Amino acid sequence: MDIKTLTIKSALGGLRSKKFTSVDLIVSCLENIEKYNKEYNVFLTVEDKDKLLHLAREADQTDHSLPLSGIPVALKDLFSSKDLRTTAGSKVLDNYIPQYDATVVKKLKDAGAIIIGKVNEDAWGHGSSGENSDFGPTGNAFNKDYVAGGSSSGSAVAVALGMCLVATGTDTGGSIRVPASYNNLVGLKPTYGRVSRYGVIAMASSLDSIGHITKNVEDSAYFLNITAGNDPFDATTGVSPVPDYLKNLDRKDLNGLKIAVPKEATDKSLTVSQNFEGAKDKIKKLGAEITEVSMKYLLDGLETYYIIVPSEVSSNLARMDGIRFGNGRGDFGKEAKRRIMIGTYALSSGYYDAYYKTAQKVRTLICDEFKKVFKDFDTVLMPVTPTPPSKIGEKVNDPLALYMSDLYTIPVNLAGLPSLVLPSGFVDDLPVGVQLVGPQWSEELLFSVGNVYEK
Amino acid sequence: MTKKNKLTIDDVKKVAGLASLPLTGEEITLFIVQLSAILDFISKLQKIDTHGVQETSQVTGLENVLREDVIDAERMFSQKQALANAKGAYNGFFKVPKILWT
Repeated sequence: MDIKTLTIKSALGGLRSKKFTSVDLIVSCLENIEKYNKEYNVFLTVEDKDKLLHLAREADQTDHSLPLSGIPVALKDLFSSKDLRTTAGSKVLDNYIPQYDATVVKKLKDAGAIIIGKVNEDAWGHGSSGENSDFGPTGNAFNKDYVAGGSSSGSAVAVALGMCLVATGTDTGGSIRVPASYNNLVGLKPTYGRVSRYGVIAMASSLDSIGHITKNVEDSAYFLNITAGNDPFDATTGVSPVPDYLKNLDRKDLNGLKIAVPKEATDKSLTVSQNFEGAKDKIKKLGAEITEVSMKYLLDGLETYYIIVPSEVSSNLARMDGIRFGNGRGDFGKEAKRRIMIGTYALSSGYYDAYYKTAQKVRTLICDEFKKVFKDFDTVLMPVTPTPPSKIGEKVNDPLALYMSDLYTIPVNLAGLPSLVLPSGFVDDLPVGVQLVGPQWSEELLFSVGNVYEK
Repeated sequence: MTKKNKLTIDDVKKVAGLASLPLTGEEITLFIVQLSAILDFISKLQKIDTHGVQETSQVTGLENVLREDVIDAERMFSQKQALANAKGAYNGFFKVPKILWT
């Protein structure tokens, strides 16, 4: 049993047919954590070993009929986990112990999952490389001197290095999609409101999407079946019933599928563009029809995002008062302080109209442009980032350079749409991916297409 | 607003005050440069014609999501839980910085 090649589905198969036990799985994860954690800086908090083995033994006493029975899961450190330290990647919360579980965490535990621990991330979700963690960056699983992508950096590397079988993440501007693509994994950013945000430390409340990173599309669909759904504790969750995301995975080809590729996302001078052309060819061979379209507001998403997000961040982080929990506000890292400052400025009297209100209007233009494209096309295909993973430390002194990595991921968050990231090979020996974007609530379609592409 | 956004020390200090954000002298100096650059960058948005466009605050389309006015024990903290992470808890209270002077 090699945990690095196991998927959730194959692990459950092994557990249920008694080929191996949950204790075996947990021991393998702990061995890999022991082996790699110092070098790659993945886990910030590992659950108590005795507790983990106890939970695994309990699961092994059952017939493993629960959907995630005995399966090791890692949580991005933004997810509140009862009695298990939760830092958000920040020194401000380095001693914070939540007194409750996030809804998603509760759902996973009820499904039999074993929470292995909390993984590293850019503090508060502020970043696309992992370099903004107050606890040091996480190394890329394929080359630890390179960035893992962010902000769910630990989530991706934990899955890639066999420290768990699946990891949760959040995606406000690409934070699941970028690290998934940089570590050769499948990343899902669901429709905004598909999965409850209750108990997940908020970054930008109108954009935060709760998702996960897995080794393949089937696992991603399987996991969404468990986490998705309306939550009375989160008033922004969707009200329509959750479909069975595993249903349409038996699709054989992409005949009849109409895919739009925005020309604004395909600059021929980008290092990933050759790889992206290869992905397009592969998709065409599978029977899909690819058409170049123009989305003139697509790239304006960047400025829009960097007004709306810091504004919402400045509001959400106001609660870190160092009185009810956490340390003083002086302990915020530089990027957090920058975003709080920009947001406070953009919302202040005299500037509110010029910045925040204007950004909200451009957001409407971006949403409407996507709606228009989806009238004629089933999905939109784009690269995930303009460049492959950079060397750690290369961009750290230039905040604007780091912001550019989110060029193609951000517009999707502004429009609240779902996006599935699929591995697309390597550029300069480091993984890159492609993203498949659909209309709101179209995760079923994304999974069925992604599954064909993956095979 | 389309002019170059050069922040002064006073601008930075004022915003930091609004945000209750303690900044070191080194951070103030660094932020004058970095924040001015970021403001320049996001000001590019003003070039777009947004005349007659409505603002988007949220993309769910949901309105007035209410719940029954009943106590939900699952969402209640005991006093002990509520104080669990407070460094300055005293006699079952949160201790806060002094805000009134005589």
